[in-house]
Amino acid sequence: MLLIDDLHVSIGDSEILSGVSLEVPDGEIHAVMGPNGSGKSTLAHVLAGRDPYEVTAGRVLYEGVDLLAMVPEERAAAGVFLGFQHPVEIPGVPTMYFLRTALNAQRRARGQEELGPVEFLALVDAKRRLVEMERALLDRAVNDGFSGGERKRNEILQMLILEPRLAVLDETDSGLDIDALRVVAAGVTTLRSPDRSALVITHHQRLLDHLVPDRVHVLAGGRIVRSGGPDLAAELEAHGYATLGGPAVESLTVSTGTVSTGTAR
Amino acid sequence: MSAARAELADLAGREYAYGFSTDLDTDFAPRGLSEDVIRLISAKKGEPDWLLDWRLGAYRHWCTLAEPTWQNVTHPPIDYDDIIYYAAPKKNAALSSMDEVDPEVRAMFDKLGISLAEQERLSGVAVDAVVDSVSVATTFQARLAEAGVIFCSFSQAVRDHPDLVRAYLGSVVPYRDNFFAALNSAVFTDGSFCYVPEGVVCPMELSTYFRINAAGTGQFERTLIVAERGARVSYLEGCTAPMRDEHQLHAAVVELVALDDATIKYSTVQNWYPGDAEGNGGVYNFVTKRGRAAGARSKISWTQVETGSAITWKYPGVVLQGDGSVGEFYSVAVSAGHQQADTGTKMIHIGKDTKSTIVSKAISTGHGQNTYRGLVKMLRSATGARNHTRCDSLLIGPDCGAHTFPYVEVKHPTCQVEHEATTSKVSDDQLFYARQRGIPEEEATSMIVNGFCREVFRELPMEFAVEAQRLLSVSLEGAVG
Ligand SMILES: Nc1ncnc2c1ncn2[C@@H]1O[C@H](COP(=O)(O)OP(=O)(O)OP(=O)(O)O)[C@@H](O)[C@H]1O
Ligand SMILES: [Mg+2]
Repeated sequence: MLLIDDLHVSIGDSEILSGVSLEVPDGEIHAVMGPNGSGKSTLAHVLAGRDPYEVTAGRVLYEGVDLLAMVPEERAAAGVFLGFQHPVEIPGVPTMYFLRTALNAQRRARGQEELGPVEFLALVDAKRRLVEMERALLDRAVNDGFSGGERKRNEILQMLILEPRLAVLDETDSGLDIDALRVVAAGVTTLRSPDRSALVITHHQRLLDHLVPDRVHVLAGGRIVRSGGPDLAAELEAHGYATLGGPAVESLTVSTGTVSTGTAR
Repeated sequence: MSAARAELADLAGREYAYGFSTDLDTDFAPRGLSEDVIRLISAKKGEPDWLLDWRLGAYRHWCTLAEPTWQNVTHPPIDYDDIIYYAAPKKNAALSSMDEVDPEVRAMFDKLGISLAEQERLSGVAVDAVVDSVSVATTFQARLAEAGVIFCSFSQAVRDHPDLVRAYLGSVVPYRDNFFAALNSAVFTDGSFCYVPEGVVCPMELSTYFRINAAGTGQFERTLIVAERGARVSYLEGCTAPMRDEHQLHAAVVELVALDDATIKYSTVQNWYPGDAEGNGGVYNFVTKRGRAAGARSKISWTQVETGSAITWKYPGVVLQGDGSVGEFYSVAVSAGHQQADTGTKMIHIGKDTKSTIVSKAISTGHGQNTYRGLVKMLRSATGARNHTRCDSLLIGPDCGAHTFPYVEVKHPTCQVEHEATTSKVSDDQLFYARQRGIPEEEATSMIVNGFCREVFRELPMEFAVEAQRLLSVSLEGAVG
């Protein structure tokens, strides 16, 4: 599904990712954890095609094709979805309208027929029940005045409607109450299938308890410093990033002085 | 915005879909302006003496005036002696039915997407079609007459309802008001007239469709709408012009009068030819529009969507005379390419407890310059008056500009004035969010800008709101960034 190979990314003069390599096979859910400022969102944004980040070396293959050569909307139509850590407001654009425009743009790009208003409404009604969202919220402008939790639910709703092949979720679980967390986990689980994958960025063990990822990776100092099974998350939860063994972590402690407090929860 | 995209934005001209001209057999007055030309216009129209005298008064006053220079626009000097002040499609004897409309004229309106006959049958919107200053057809007159509503060309109103015209002409915008109002009063050739009698709710939307066709001509139309006590009417004007490489002058006057408890809603979708990508050609849209909320609890509401013209200079205003009267101004003004817009409103509060609302959305892209200029004036008599103004400017690209000049004069301590203003860009975050969901960049920009304008668009009658959104999207084509 996704192959990231020695990816180097800079903004201006500073290198943020310094050789990230990662493979997510079809059907798997991988978690990415790591201290604040370690480059998790940067990785997510680069996968989605955000502008100011410059890829200075390495490559990213998505289903065997060069993902970095595509513009953001092409990536979306090809099935890449990014759940934003900070979803923006778009005043004056009703959420329903936004969703329908997005879905139909993707369908058009894939040569599928557009969905009419009636079918679309039925689709939305089914999906919004899964994430326990009121219809009234969808008549409001995109994220306009939405609470933090409502925004995150809205991200999951969009994911469920767009049905991506690869979902990259950037801290979709942060700032959620227990019910919302369950909803987000259920949303991701609904999409779980042999031909879909997810890359879930999180600071918290509790989401992974629901999801049970196939692999957990730790991103620190611009590199993957450790990978392991679901148990790795529990270990990090107990001991923090500073106690990770190995040379990579030493260099990490050198490069950022506040690593262990960086995992604030 | 990346350099490549900036370049693209500059290079991409905008397609103007209405840029054709039609070969109509046209009757012209000689070029230039003099008392003789005015006498000729008046004679051609068979006008009564009082009207000719009024025109000549306006002309003599105009001769004493200089073109205003305070507005925030630049253009080469206009040679008023090089303009043709009267151009009329020739086959324009009074029509008794739609079938008599010149087939060429019909074809032209069909091409504009306004089939006059179809309009009459299907749309439920009465249309007055004005080509080069002369009304060529008015639909639905019979049905309106049943309700007691008069809706006809200005010329016909002068013939058939001279007392009404005489009572109200110049009562809101006297010819002494300003340079362009004086010019219009001297040379206006036609326009629309509407009278809604006491207690009548006009049974359909009224609209006038203006088209400049002939080359080298100016368009000087005049619209007068009177709503008697308790009457209600909603009126819409639309405008287009052929692509020509010289500038064309459009100097219209619109006067509205609302008596006790009457409501007039006036909407404009202005799409005159804006000029080419280098700034050649395009219409100078120098217009005076004002309503007099004369009666108690009367209401006048202006909604304008200004996407066209090389230069727009207009300040639709309301004189809030009646106690408890209401004035509203909702505006979207786009300046793309080399367009300049200096527009806003004037709200003059005279009566007690009068209330005005101003919502202005200015969008600049390319080299466009957009100025909001608004006056809120509350006289000593306007106790308890309130105004709320909201001015939002949106910039797309690095070479455009937005300017805001609010003027406030308050003469009584019980008055309240609130002013909010914002300037923003189409944010990269918003654009990226939409593109990440699969919406292509241009469509995403257009969607975000339409969202920005939503408060204004929802004031438009439904079918025109759709048209306005479409026009906005066309204006923004190639302006991505
Ligand atoms: N647009 C930008 N300009 C300058 N620096 C940036 C920009 N975006 C990210 N950075 C820097 O890159 C580093 C990585 O940021 P990133 O947002 O990827 O971290 P993160 O791992 O997602 O952190 P968190 O856990 O706090 O969300 C940070 O030091 C950040 O300040
Ligand atoms: Mg982050």
